[in-house]
Amino acid sequence: MTKAKRKRLIYNLVTFGLVIGAFIILENMIAAKAISRSLKGQLVPICAWIIMAVSLNLVIGFSGELSLGHAGFMSIGAYTGAVVSGWLVAAFDMQDPILRLVLTILAGGILAGIFGVLIGIPVLRLRGDYLAIVTLAFGEIIRNLVNVLYIGTADGNLHFAFLNKEMPANVTMLVDGAKGAVKIKPISTFEVGFVLILITLLVVLNLVNSRAGRAIQATRDNRIAAESMGVSVTKYKMMAFVTAAVLAGMAGALYGLNSSTVVPTQFTFNQSINVLVFVVLGGLGNVLGSIISATFLTVLPEVLREFADYRMLVYAVVLILVMIFTNNPTTRAIADRLFAPVKKLFHKDRRETAGGGDVK
Amino acid sequence: MTQKKKHRSDTKMVPVPSHSIVPERDVNEIPVMETRHLGIEFGGLKAVDDFNLTIGKTEIAGLIGPNGAGKTTVFNLLTKVYEPTSGAVLVNGQDLHGMSIVQASRLGIARTFQNIRLFDKMTVEENVRIGLHNQIKYDMFTGILRLPRYWKQEKHQHKRAMELLDIFGMQDLADETAGSLPYGAQRRLEIVRALATDPKLLLLDEPAAGMNPHETEELMENIAKIRDQFQIAILLIEHDMSLVMGVCEGICVLNFGKIIAKGTADEIQANPAVIEAYLGKKKEG
Repeated sequence: MTKAKRKRLIYNLVTFGLVIGAFIILENMIAAKAISRSLKGQLVPICAWIIMAVSLNLVIGFSGELSLGHAGFMSIGAYTGAVVSGWLVAAFDMQDPILRLVLTILAGGILAGIFGVLIGIPVLRLRGDYLAIVTLAFGEIIRNLVNVLYIGTADGNLHFAFLNKEMPANVTMLVDGAKGAVKIKPISTFEVGFVLILITLLVVLNLVNSRAGRAIQATRDNRIAAESMGVSVTKYKMMAFVTAAVLAGMAGALYGLNSSTVVPTQFTFNQSINVLVFVVLGGLGNVLGSIISATFLTVLPEVLREFADYRMLVYAVVLILVMIFTNNPTTRAIADRLFAPVKKLFHKDRRETAGGGDVK
Repeated sequence: MTQKKKHRSDTKMVPVPSHSIVPERDVNEIPVMETRHLGIEFGGLKAVDDFNLTIGKTEIAGLIGPNGAGKTTVFNLLTKVYEPTSGAVLVNGQDLHGMSIVQASRLGIARTFQNIRLFDKMTVEENVRIGLHNQIKYDMFTGILRLPRYWKQEKHQHKRAMELLDIFGMQDLADETAGSLPYGAQRRLEIVRALATDPKLLLLDEPAAGMNPHETEELMENIAKIRDQFQIAILLIEHDMSLVMGVCEGICVLNFGKIIAKGTADEIQANPAVIEAYLGKKKEG
């Protein structure tokens, strides 16, 4: 096994190990009732935000395109989730919550993926920051669209309208315009969220370390060179973008079915920026970092509830600090000096084991 | 129908330019590349004009000229980075008109860049694997699900990448990040990566730039070795005359976007137009 391969394997094992370990600990804490009510309520959203951050990292960190409308895909997933779940109950009388959840998550992913394709086809052929602008607009358009969207079931059939008065009289509303998706039966569970995180990690990490993933990274590092090597840039940028959209749609369905209502204002531009903050803070192209920062930044506002007003201020400060620490030569030198003893220890350790190998 | 006939009767006949020379061994083969009256204008400025060149199947050709003569522009035309405003490029007899960079690459054109364009954040081996992108294939889902085909193809790809890196003895560097390599090694890696695409014509843009005389000497041997081993044609842009005169069979001199001389190394060195372009005109009297 080569050095790079071993490094990658260790990284993947640590990533999966951390997620699985955290899951086991939390499950035991839930069983022992050693977990606070507010944290327990946060578990499913944390799962959803982790999936959002990891999937956005695929677009920003690995394919190098800036997407500012990730919350838009999440809202598509959330609304699809609410509608499909309500429809499955009304039309097929499906009561099994897990099966219903799985089906709605799939539906959310697929619909978000379709929107991903529709946006990607025109935009990813262009060079530059067009994707950022278009996805920004997309997020806002979706939010405004669902603001006037009415969906309901009547006699087991789905009814869509952009005006409330067009709905039939005996309708049971699923999505009620600006009130959002209403009367959702919360069926999301932490376990399903956990499995969804594992699937996301499997998809993203395996994709990155495959032929397609290398092509995606090549288009990020140097577009002209990638094309000269016969790599179709549009195809691979599209692949990353749509995969991320599908995962975000799934996360949205999970998130939407966690509470009894979903309102359009939950998925504003600010939420897209939130996810962007998770990704930047965790490190571009660093999946493990995305998981940690998404968890941390989702829990933190709950813990510091009384300081919630200052949250955006703290975000800004943290982001600036991260930029300074990662890009400033002076602060880097200071950090290097601080960590030098630790690094020395590690290097010495490694050299010794390498030497041992030679003797054998 | 009548219109067509009339059109044909008006057609002016012109001779196809065939002043280029190719090595004797390639005479009976289709030339790997042929350009006909190739030209490009940037807002009225003719960067390349009436560029006619034929490259034999296994020829090592040189493209030289003073700074700003349009050499790299020619490379960009041949690889479809630019679409020519006049003339045509034929690769193995096939017209490149309207093709994308990717399509040109699939026809067998590979290149290196004057200002190195490696995939900096990826390892040396991964860079070569990108070159192998269209040689060793499996789809996205095979990769995500890690099906048996994935393991088989990855293993095959690794082996091939290592073989290619061995040309320049770079196997030990396989796990290094490409951006962290010394300059000379980066240039060599670009050549390996280009070779990985299984080209029929390899375009090298100043391969010896920044190399010391010893490294240049080594590069010269390697260029000849690559040609012999892969049986491909190589066209190189270079300012180092020892390399050009040492390894190139046919040489083409470009000045202000126009070809001013074509011939063998000896012919070029004795050509008064070339000497004038490089050293300036002798003052009268």
